Amino acid sequence: MIRHLLSGADLDAATATRILDTAAEMATVAGREVKKLPALRGRTVVNLFYEDSTRTRISFEAAAKRLSADVINFSAKGSSVAKGESLKDTALTLQAMGADAVVVRHPASGAPHRLAEWVDGSVVNAGDGTHEHPTQALLDAYTMRSRLGRLAGLSVTVVGDVLHSRVARSNVLLLSTLGAKVTLVGPPTLIPVDWATRAAAANTSGGGAAQSPDITVCYDLDAVLPTSDVVMMLRVQRERMTDSYFPSAREYARRYGLDGQRMRRLPEHAIVMHPGPMNRGMEITPEVADSARSTIVEQVTNGVSVRMAVLYLLLGGNNA
Amino acid sequence: MTAYLIKGVSLLGAEPTDLLIRDGVVAETGADLAADGATVIDAAGLVALPGLVDLHTHLREPGREDAETVESGSRAAALGGYTAVCAMANTSPVADTAGVVEQVWRLGREAGLVDVQPIGAVTVGLAGERLAELGAMADSAARVRIFSDDGHCVADPRLMRRALEYVKAFDGVIAQHAEEPRLTEGAQMHEGAVSTRLGLTGWPAVAEEAIIARDVLLAEHVGSRLHVCHVSTAGSVEVLRQAKARGVRVTAEVTPHHLLLTDVRAETYDPVYKVNPPLRTDEDVTALRAALVDGVIDIVATDHAPHAVEDKECEWAYARPGMLGLETALSIALEVLGPRWDLIAERMSRTPARIAGLESHGLDPAPGVPANLTLVDPAARRVVEPGELASLSRNTPYAGMSLPGRVVATFLRGEPTVLDGKAVK
Repeated sequence: MIRHLLSGADLDAATATRILDTAAEMATVAGREVKKLPALRGRTVVNLFYEDSTRTRISFEAAAKRLSADVINFSAKGSSVAKGESLKDTALTLQAMGADAVVVRHPASGAPHRLAEWVDGSVVNAGDGTHEHPTQALLDAYTMRSRLGRLAGLSVTVVGDVLHSRVARSNVLLLSTLGAKVTLVGPPTLIPVDWATRAAAANTSGGGAAQSPDITVCYDLDAVLPTSDVVMMLRVQRERMTDSYFPSAREYARRYGLDGQRMRRLPEHAIVMHPGPMNRGMEITPEVADSARSTIVEQVTNGVSVRMAVLYLLLGGNNA
Repeated sequence: MTAYLIKGVSLLGAEPTDLLIRDGVVAETGADLAADGATVIDAAGLVALPGLVDLHTHLREPGREDAETVESGSRAAALGGYTAVCAMANTSPVADTAGVVEQVWRLGREAGLVDVQPIGAVTVGLAGERLAELGAMADSAARVRIFSDDGHCVADPRLMRRALEYVKAFDGVIAQHAEEPRLTEGAQMHEGAVSTRLGLTGWPAVAEEAIIARDVLLAEHVGSRLHVCHVSTAGSVEVLRQAKARGVRVTAEVTPHHLLLTDVRAETYDPVYKVNPPLRTDEDVTALRAALVDGVIDIVATDHAPHAVEDKECEWAYARPGMLGLETALSIALEVLGPRWDLIAERMSRTPARIAGLESHGLDPAPGVPANLTLVDPAARRVVEPGELASLSRNTPYAGMSLPGRVVATFLRGEPTVLDGKAVK
């Protein structure tokens, strides 16, 4: 088993599948009256959050607690971080306290990689800057698999601000590894120029995307909906609008938002996902978010099971 | 003043000869020289080069004496084979007045390890808003001829035009840090496949190329000299090639790190590889090497940029950009160019001395010439060990790498600053 989970690229197909299978077992715990396993009793998991993210922190906290680990929440507010302590000094402090795992959320891309150099315990990336969010990709894959029965061969359309999205980066890596076909849709300003040009080169020459994941880029949402098994809507930060990535929220919603009319272009079995928190009326309408196709609430539930599986496997719970 | 008799040295790769240094100049060259009272240096197997000249050094004093001082940076330079360095203006306070440039110049004289030639800021406080007193710096004891806001681009085209024109009065040159600031807001590394994967905001090549294209046109229009700092992209090379073919008075530098390293180094997120302009791609490295050989790029300049440990031992986005360079530049030139001594002398000594107007530097060792020279052992290899560097900082990107060549001795006006590979003071 890997020691850290920093990127979707850390997971090969066998490891990812093992995590998803373990998560399925963990999910049965949630249905019990006593939602607790003794697997990580006596182990310490630190939630080190440099960004506000109530939902991710709570999800990791619930996961660790259901495995009977001791959980320490270390948030940047009201801690030594606010006094200007460096990441390295914080890492050494956690090390001295004997953290077995550090779950880190940080606004700077790569901060978990730095942390992993300075602590002996396992580091789990809970979202770093505009880089990755691998447990989100795992819970998304888990959700797709449980709804649609498979991952290999699925057509997954990821819509929105791919450029700044750690969710998109991790999903592209993991889904490619697991054999799904990923199509990225959004205004060209919000698709990384390298992916856009490589995808274009692959379209014209039938190759050329050797170094990057096997992805397709499309700027027309309506064109790809009829062949999508999964549509994953990304959150669009309203501040992107003031930075001229697109002219207005209304134009964005018109071209790239998912409303009821668009949703009806999807195949019968297709599902709609969103990592949350949603901007209702921007990238997704309430009609879609609250529809039977929507897996948004399920994703939250599955998040706990997947994070239980990750902590359990990283901390060697299966060998205990 | 001690005389030095250097026995059996190869002048720029030629057949071994003896070389007598007396009274600050090269007194004589030839076979089997003898000189009473001279200190004899056995230089069998060593190559003599004109002392290297760095057009782009950050000495950090005044302001960040914890990262480097004029003295420690001078020592690093001498150990790297340099006899003159041009000190960039982005100190604190900024070198934008005669007072600050004279202070740096005086500190350089006191250290006495290399000639420290201050560069003056183009604009007050590097703010890019109004011209600093360029004439006062030119007329000062420091005799400033190069002006640069390095670290910042003189982005305003009208201000750049005025600066280019104004310094013609004293044969000055504007050294531009070519970076269109609106295209690099928040930029962390080269924009491409690696930045996309790492989720680090991209610094597109076009942000450099657009400014160089604009500036060569401005320099052409007003008939001024332009120098382009740290050229880093293949596209910039093409813009420069065309400008030079038209006769524009433009010179350009490339750093050792842009000749050797690429953006894949960022994969570790270790900010020791964070630098501005950023490390680029293999394709850019290839183009830069070719341009250095064919002369579209005139010189190698280190952009030696010391940083304190706490400014590098942190998250990538929060780290300061910059790398040490003085003590490794010659080795990297050897690695990249091979033992082409005349080319190395041209790119690292003669041409930078000419651009900077340093008349006693950049001269091949010959009778009557100021004895500013360095002796290199081309057969030696060394593994770069950050803790052994003379710089006060440790941010070398070459730690653990094995590089060719070793500076054995350096002479500044006939006095050794380095002997047996060690600084004499």
